[in-house]
Amino acid sequence: MSRVRVLVGTRKGAFVLESDGKRQKWDVSGPHFGGWEVYHLKGSPADPNRLYASQSSGWFGQIIQRSNDGGKTWEAVGNTFAYDGVPGTHQWYDGTPHPWEFKRVWHLEPSLTDPDTVYAGVEDAALFRTTDGGQNWSEMPGLRGHGSGPRWQPGAGGLCLHTLLLDPSNAKRMFIAISAAGAFRTDDGGTTWLPINRGLKSEGIPNEEAEVGHCVHRIAMHRSRPSVLFMQKHWDVMRSDNAGDSWTEVSGNLPTDFGFPIDVHAHEPDTIYVVPIKSDSEHYPPDGRLRVYRSRTGGNEWEALTNGLPQSNCYVNVLRDAMSVDSLDKCGIYFGTSGGQVYGSADAGDTWSAIVRDLPPVVSVEAQTLDR
Amino acid sequence: MIRVALPAHLRNLASVDGEVVVDVAGSVTQRTVLDALEARYPVLSGTIRDHVTLKRRPFVRFFACGQDLSHEPLDALLPEDVVGGKEPYLIVGAMAGG
Repeated sequence: MSRVRVLVGTRKGAFVLESDGKRQKWDVSGPHFGGWEVYHLKGSPADPNRLYASQSSGWFGQIIQRSNDGGKTWEAVGNTFAYDGVPGTHQWYDGTPHPWEFKRVWHLEPSLTDPDTVYAGVEDAALFRTTDGGQNWSEMPGLRGHGSGPRWQPGAGGLCLHTLLLDPSNAKRMFIAISAAGAFRTDDGGTTWLPINRGLKSEGIPNEEAEVGHCVHRIAMHRSRPSVLFMQKHWDVMRSDNAGDSWTEVSGNLPTDFGFPIDVHAHEPDTIYVVPIKSDSEHYPPDGRLRVYRSRTGGNEWEALTNGLPQSNCYVNVLRDAMSVDSLDKCGIYFGTSGGQVYGSADAGDTWSAIVRDLPPVVSVEAQTLDR
Repeated sequence: MIRVALPAHLRNLASVDGEVVVDVAGSVTQRTVLDALEARYPVLSGTIRDHVTLKRRPFVRFFACGQDLSHEPLDALLPEDVVGGKEPYLIVGAMAGG
């Protein structure tokens, strides 16, 4: 019988939640790396017991941890993230040039085919890669070398490369997103990059439709249809049907189109999920009601999913990497909150229950579907 | 033998209990002690000082013999009591944040 493992990164450590395919009873282990911020953990699609974790601290910097046994034991691997060549400058909040400085790894994306190859999205925004299981990391400099780099500016959370999508149908194609620069695509394995922000409109920048400067919060795709992308922007939910060449807004009837995560059903490429948040200064759900919204039409028409979620006095946030789906039938969906709850649904969002309620603030959630 | 006291999180990371000791050949300075510490416990590289710049992390402090050495030159000799093993060289996580 298949099993599910949910990897949870929090402000004070990592937790591993495991269940059988019914997804009713869960075993919880952790905290791993207690006291450290764990921005992200993710397993290799090619070897699900090979996990990688980004462990960091305001005191002691960045550590990368690797597990070969599904999170039971861990070993620290390489943690040198040195920018290629002379790092140069990006824009600071006040518009002045600011030197690129490594702060932390936001997102780890293991290769679809090789457990030893992993991509890392970091702050200040850059893309790194290891091909030896995390011992050595090298920058893929073509991204920062794109001519727009000096114009990138940090969002409130920093200048972070937070989203990495690998195209399962084209090993040379990859998508990334940076707050607050926007989305980019490579079609040559990372040598060169193209900003893919046409159609985005952002009121907070001088030119609302600029080539770069947009605060993209998250992008998502279905592996069967990798040229269709969905985006939760600072404001606006967007869709692209041409691999990011152009975007159209699909916020439709959402109560607010601000939010952080967006994800796609494992078996229905046009079923997508967001968690509307009241505003960019009020990082909590509208009306104190925690609602996941589901569209079965690839956007525009949304329904609120509330069964099992708190519908009064709820003022938590759900961060950009804190939602994930499993690939069982029915599709499971999971998300974590700033209040330390991890909610799960074993029926594609129709009903929800809390797997755990009292973790530290949740930063990331990744679900793995295991054969046994 | 130089005694080095690490903060709890770095002891956990290095899988050690209590103080550690390192051998330093030649002059005993903050730089040579940190070099020896990172050579013996590679997992600590980058956690006390930046990999690239080798600057002390802002929320890490260095104490010895009741003195704050955090802003002293890295190549200045450490106190005799540290060199002689009477006192430890203290690496401290600053009381900051949460």
